[in-house]
Amino acid sequence: MSATSEITLTIDDKEVKVAAGMTVLQAAQQAGIHIPTLCHHEKLEAFGGCRLCMVEVEARGWTSYVVSCLYPVAKDIVVRTRSQKVDKIRKVIVEELMAHAPDAPELVRLAEEYGADRERFERQESFCIVCGLCVRYCNEVKHENAVGFIDNGAKREISFIPEVAKKVCWECQECFALCPTSYAQAAYLLTEALAFPGQRKEPSRPAKGTQAGRRVIPIMPIMTA
Amino acid sequence: MPKLQSAAELEKFRAEILSSRDPARPCIAVCAGAACDGMDSAAVAAAFLAALDQQQLGDRLEVRTTGCHGYCEKGPNVVVTPGEICYFEVQPADVAEIIAATLKGEVVDRLVYQDPNTGAKAVHMHEVPFYKHQMRLLMGDNPKIDPMRIDDYLAVGGYSALVKALTQMSQDQVLDEVKKANLRGRGGGGFPAGSKWETTKKAPSMPKYVIVNGHEGESAAFMDRAMLTGNPHKVLEGLIIGAYAIGAQKGFMYTRHDMPLLEKHVRNALVQAKEYGLLGENILGSGFDFECELHFDVGIFVSGESSALMRSIEGNPPEPRPKYIRTSVSGIWDKPSNLNNVETWANVPQIISKGAEWFTSIGSEKSKGTKLISLSGNVVNSGIVEVPMGTPLRTLAFDIGGGVRDGKTLKAIHFGGAMGGSIPADLIDAPLDFDGMSKLGAPIGAGGLLLMDEDTDMVEVARYLLDFLVNESCGKCAPCREGMPQMLHILTNMTEGKGKSGDLERLEDLAEVTGLGSLCALGKTSADPLKSMFRYFKPEYEARIPGGSEAK
Repeated sequence: MSATSEITLTIDDKEVKVAAGMTVLQAAQQAGIHIPTLCHHEKLEAFGGCRLCMVEVEARGWTSYVVSCLYPVAKDIVVRTRSQKVDKIRKVIVEELMAHAPDAPELVRLAEEYGADRERFERQESFCIVCGLCVRYCNEVKHENAVGFIDNGAKREISFIPEVAKKVCWECQECFALCPTSYAQAAYLLTEALAFPGQRKEPSRPAKGTQAGRRVIPIMPIMTA
Repeated sequence: MPKLQSAAELEKFRAEILSSRDPARPCIAVCAGAACDGMDSAAVAAAFLAALDQQQLGDRLEVRTTGCHGYCEKGPNVVVTPGEICYFEVQPADVAEIIAATLKGEVVDRLVYQDPNTGAKAVHMHEVPFYKHQMRLLMGDNPKIDPMRIDDYLAVGGYSALVKALTQMSQDQVLDEVKKANLRGRGGGGFPAGSKWETTKKAPSMPKYVIVNGHEGESAAFMDRAMLTGNPHKVLEGLIIGAYAIGAQKGFMYTRHDMPLLEKHVRNALVQAKEYGLLGENILGSGFDFECELHFDVGIFVSGESSALMRSIEGNPPEPRPKYIRTSVSGIWDKPSNLNNVETWANVPQIISKGAEWFTSIGSEKSKGTKLISLSGNVVNSGIVEVPMGTPLRTLAFDIGGGVRDGKTLKAIHFGGAMGGSIPADLIDAPLDFDGMSKLGAPIGAGGLLLMDEDTDMVEVARYLLDFLVNESCGKCAPCREGMPQMLHILTNMTEGKGKSGDLERLEDLAEVTGLGSLCALGKTSADPLKSMFRYFKPEYEARIPGGSEAK
């Protein structure tokens, strides 16, 4: 790598040299510094939706709060992956998401780390946290668009498109494993039950390492004392 | 109409329009703005036209349907020139009397303004209290123009700024003039338009785009609609001048899908401008090419956010993207895209015609020119007001607005709609200024001003504004999608007497995190009204929690 395309920045008091064009999240990962994420996936375009990867950036004397999965590295910026404000942002977001899915393993772990109270906000009907992993994975990796977003704002949810789901989902199921709350498979099974009961396309042959006919991932609630 | 090939041809054509018009022939201008239209001004206009026809008065009298005059409270509005005689709350039954008086050079006394307190009458526009404290640089032409007729705009000097820019000024000179004028964006941010133009101009990538943001989704803001519906050519002229300065050959007007009259006028304006050679190839023989297209939203407020708007023009869902790289550098189809609000563009022609020095002589130290304000709430005179920046809010609320309705006292002033803030009545002498109002916690935003009387429940105000906004978020990012409904839930409980201990802390945390953590301006500012409430009206909130301020 030539010297001109290398950028030096500071992350948590550590001087880090990375390639230009990287995001702060990538730079931190390269330096072995952990930043929590929920909607991020290495196979997908950065989304910036969950906002858990927010960090504090000091650039030209200004401090701002940015999502590290999208913020491009720049020369001499100072990044702090933990601070009182950053931690508070993460805590409250986890609390908000736990109003949907209080037992989701990733949220439970984050709640422990950031001191989030799973009962703090009013319980919400859906246990989907709208990270969009299923929607984006199906679009960007599988190019099937069997699941999409519908509605907007607080009413936004994911929804399987029966005509497509009937043909492709049971054979794939890859988004089920990505889902932090197991909502994707629940939404799929509900769609199947309502729109095409018993008519799903079975895999032509079992995928490697799986048994034919059963691949639903068990939902494992974490019991909290 | 043959295409105008040069500036000289345009001026010759303008002279012909003017010579064909007799300034002494009375003209009756019937307002067809949104409020007047709602009070069936169409029936009034139809009655005038029918009477003209019946009595064969076409030679002696002109009737014109126009855009918004401003004084919405007193509609349907009718203005008779010469003399700018203002008639209010005109009904079809009044038409015969107005025509008879106008032909005799008289005034229908019973239809002119009467002061509710003193009983004093005001006949001419410059005497009517609502108008006399205003400086109507942008809105003043509205009663003189039928928005469907480009000739009316030419008759008031329209497109002369474009002629000047194209024939006497280089692109850089136009940019410099706008920079010197310190024209600040009227859409909410107050960001200097000239700097934004320059960023797009200097961005290396081609092509470049210019966009009119005519989305105007802010609650209690209705001035852009009035401007664009009432005088579409003024906005278009500003856009063409901006495109010339920036080096853009393609522009977009982005507006709402739910305003048929606006759509009709803008579509027509684009067709007429093209026919006259003011859009298209080689505009007025200058060698400059520019096309403009009309685009509509899909119905949510966030469509007006710049990056969401650009996604929408591309044909994608209106989801904002983080602007770590600005849209002025990478916007529509990742090309440099300069977006300004309707009112910002409307200011451009006069800056070019009269110069930056003239423009900067109006307004406050850091906020120049005039500002359109939508005045509503518990105010006597609701309507669209235009005043120089720096005008004290007191002038807006009392001299122009006539004070609070039903003899009540003023409790608070709210600026900036659902993303603005409320300040207490004792700050009424604050000047109308981008920075000053932001510091007070009631940023001007797009310019929706609400007066709130002594009976206003400030918890309910915050609840109401969030209730509006919660449906306007796109839902992409967690703090906005989740934070707003949680705040709304707590506030709803509080207004229903179900507030509980910990609610204020919860609200404060939600407000802070939604503000810091959200992706776009909608989320970031969604808690601003609530923050202003905590700053000025906290005891009202504490009173809704059992145990009051002790329990918090």
